[in-house]
Amino acid sequence: MSSLVEISCVVNGTPTRLAVPPQTSALALLRDHLGLSGTKYGCGEGECGACTILVDGVSVNSCLMFAVDFDGRTITTIEGLAVDRASDPLRQAFVDKGGVQCGFCTPGMVVQSRHVLDKHPHAGPEEVKRGLEGNLCRCTGYKKIVEAVVTAAAAQSAAE
Amino acid sequence: MNAPQHASLIGQRIPKMDAPEKVAGKTRYIQDLNLPGQLYGLILRTERVHARIVSIDTSAAKALPGVRAVLTAADVPIHPIGVNKDNPPLKGDKVRCERDEVAAVAADSLEIAQAALKLITVEYEDLPPLFDPRDSIKPGAPVIHEAKPDNVAMAFDYAHGDVEQGEADSDVVVEDEFTLHRVTHCCMGVSGVIADFEPVSGNLTLYSNTQVPFLHKREFAEVLGMDPSRIRIIQPPIGGGFGSKLDIYPFEPIAVYLARATRRPVKLIFTREEEFIASPTRQPAIIRLRSGAKRDGTLTFRTVDVLLDNGGYTSWGATIPFVMMQTFSSLYRVPHCRYHTKAVYTNNPFAGSFRGYGNLQATFAIEQQMDKLADALGMDAYQFRLKNAQEAGEITGQGMHFKTCGFKDCLETAAGRSGFAEKRKALGAAKGLTGIRRGVGMASMLHVGGGAKIYPSDGCGTILKLDDFGHVTIMTGASEIGQGSETVLAQLVCEELGVPMSAVTVVNNDTDITPWDVGVHASRTTFIAGNSAIGAARKAKDKILAAASTVSNMRAEELDLKGGNIVRAADGEKVMPLAKMLRQLHFSDKAELVMTTNYYEPPSVHQDKGFKGDVSAAYAWATQVVEVEVDTDTGIVRLLKVWAAHDVGRVLNEMGIEGQIEGGIIMGQGYALCEDMPVVDGHLVNPAFRDYKLITAPEIPEMDIQFIETMDGEGPQGAKGVGEAPSICMAAAVANAIENATGVRITSLPFTPERVYSALKGKLQ
Repeated sequence: MSSLVEISCVVNGTPTRLAVPPQTSALALLRDHLGLSGTKYGCGEGECGACTILVDGVSVNSCLMFAVDFDGRTITTIEGLAVDRASDPLRQAFVDKGGVQCGFCTPGMVVQSRHVLDKHPHAGPEEVKRGLEGNLCRCTGYKKIVEAVVTAAAAQSAAE
Repeated sequence: MNAPQHASLIGQRIPKMDAPEKVAGKTRYIQDLNLPGQLYGLILRTERVHARIVSIDTSAAKALPGVRAVLTAADVPIHPIGVNKDNPPLKGDKVRCERDEVAAVAADSLEIAQAALKLITVEYEDLPPLFDPRDSIKPGAPVIHEAKPDNVAMAFDYAHGDVEQGEADSDVVVEDEFTLHRVTHCCMGVSGVIADFEPVSGNLTLYSNTQVPFLHKREFAEVLGMDPSRIRIIQPPIGGGFGSKLDIYPFEPIAVYLARATRRPVKLIFTREEEFIASPTRQPAIIRLRSGAKRDGTLTFRTVDVLLDNGGYTSWGATIPFVMMQTFSSLYRVPHCRYHTKAVYTNNPFAGSFRGYGNLQATFAIEQQMDKLADALGMDAYQFRLKNAQEAGEITGQGMHFKTCGFKDCLETAAGRSGFAEKRKALGAAKGLTGIRRGVGMASMLHVGGGAKIYPSDGCGTILKLDDFGHVTIMTGASEIGQGSETVLAQLVCEELGVPMSAVTVVNNDTDITPWDVGVHASRTTFIAGNSAIGAARKAKDKILAAASTVSNMRAEELDLKGGNIVRAADGEKVMPLAKMLRQLHFSDKAELVMTTNYYEPPSVHQDKGFKGDVSAAYAWATQVVEVEVDTDTGIVRLLKVWAAHDVGRVLNEMGIEGQIEGGIIMGQGYALCEDMPVVDGHLVNPAFRDYKLITAPEIPEMDIQFIETMDGEGPQGAKGVGEAPSICMAAAVANAIENATGVRITSLPFTPERVYSALKGKLQ
């Protein structure tokens, strides 16, 4: 069996030291080793966005990243956003605007939306649509998801 | 008057009850569940698509440390699954398509199971394959299932009137062949199951994504040779259904075989590639349709011949001809209709049931011919449809009775809001084969909206209980697959009992607790489970008001439940809190808890042998108009706007129903424009999202959604089913719009740039 690689990173605000097999994906590390099952496997090849996480504030498909590359980085998953009060309006907007149906794409959508709003705090529908292009949803037809993110952007701007 | 006003919940925009948990990433889907001591199951699939299995050598796999079981058909008693009982979960003698399961492994880890699969060797002897359903029915074709030597899995014949007379009555006749492709559900959550078998008690607990838990319980008992009462099915939240979970698939019994062999829980989850290769598809179809009309625009007849590519095995989806024939016979008034469909075996991946259940295919054919007939008659395409549209009160040739029917309102609304007639005329006058062209297209649909009496019962049970604090628990047989049934059922019960949404819990995922339901299919859950829940709530209300009448010295009829209180019906004045009444009942000498049960069976009937009968308690209607832009230099078709008008009976949850319709429209857009599963020599070419193109956020059109409220007398608060309706019209409407823009009618799907470009070029040459 392969040897383990020691890494240290910050996961959802908690400094974490881990020994991980070099072939393990970031997605598998989160789900199978850290119990962070909110990040979903949708395709395993970076095409659906269900596994989106933030690495040093940038959105990444965790299925395409090796766990060892977490070393020295700050990781935020949906569980991290769920306890982040600043993200309450975003999650609430997904609920209030009907942006959730089966919910399987939702964690990735919320994390990607966080990234879009961080980059474009005043994002309108066109910026949001482009920002969510890499996240697939089979239930909603995207319209209500886009409305949710635009609503959250407006709420965020109003709070500033 | 200062009595409190209690707004009705009906028609409100109520967020989904499960949404807060879902946006926090807390919802645990099948992939997220793990049982102590669980093993990981994997399936070895065939490399050949039609072959005899000569031998399977599992010895090396069995010898791998950490492997707990390796099974083939030789190791377990095999009872075939499927509607025709033609699909052995593990194949022993013969393989018939790319998906076929030849061996299965359970191991301590996924990695060990993967390594073990590579150690299994199978020797095959190839048989001549069939990939085109037209070849399957040729005399002397290779036989795929010995029990069906003609390769016909199912055949359906239907007729009303006399089509020869219809031909004679016609001034205009059109005939076309339509070819429809293969697509799949692409649920974001891949398939999976956890089988937990307890050898001492003989109890089997299945954690399953099924849409039909009670039918599955019965079928599992047959397939596994078990007492049904020993099987418990628990459904974790489901990551998308759309019809894909209507059948038992081989991976599910296989997980149970592995669990029984190892006496350990076995978790078996697909990869996305496996999901593409081994999940059901929509039926590819070849439809030959001939229709006629009189000079005054009256439809005269239809003859229909459909060939469906069933693939290697037969799922429930092979019964889609039931639904197709409803559209052919009854969407418009057609005095004479003859319909024949064959679902035939090939060595392609087998088809299943998919949102719309054959209606997308039928509507694609009919609605293109409605345009062609209108053009041939020199009539406006909208007026021609209006003239032949069904109305309330009609009983069709097939025996469907439209007690409410908003078809003409749908037509008028979608046409009016889009300016259809004027646009079609103006854009049609400017049609051409150069540069960027625009066009509009219209299509309408009829679908069951009050269940479908296919199974002996089309009912649903509800158990309802109230606690000492006025909290309501609804136990319903109806499954939540993301569509929002949980929230709608809670809303309907709250409306009856005058309690807020926060006072309700819905239990809907455990066959040991919930009463029977036929399953989530046929757009039936709001209608059937909704009526069942309302009935249970009314029984509870009667009980509560009877008790309240004795303590308030008022007659029960003078009382009502509103805002968590017992109130005077006349003015809403509070009499006492509901919770206090419940406690008085509970802790009185009589000591009674308020618990009720209800089973709702819709007043529909089974069809006779000629497929005639009023099979649904209500029927849903819709018209959709689309506007497209065709780039004639590239063949790229952009969907700009959709105007959708749906007869939904009544809007119960405005946000929920919009979500269903928007999602359905975009699914229909994908079917029309980009989704495709090319299968070459029996092998799927594109088992990945990289190459199977779903619509993404920037591609969605503007959507104008209008509700036609016909207040169905049998529907819950007047509502009808809507789940499948929105995806049905899209491909037909887009086809008509492309014709309006370019003058070229394309009768085969999907409208990819390549196909559209080739069609336009063919026209140019």
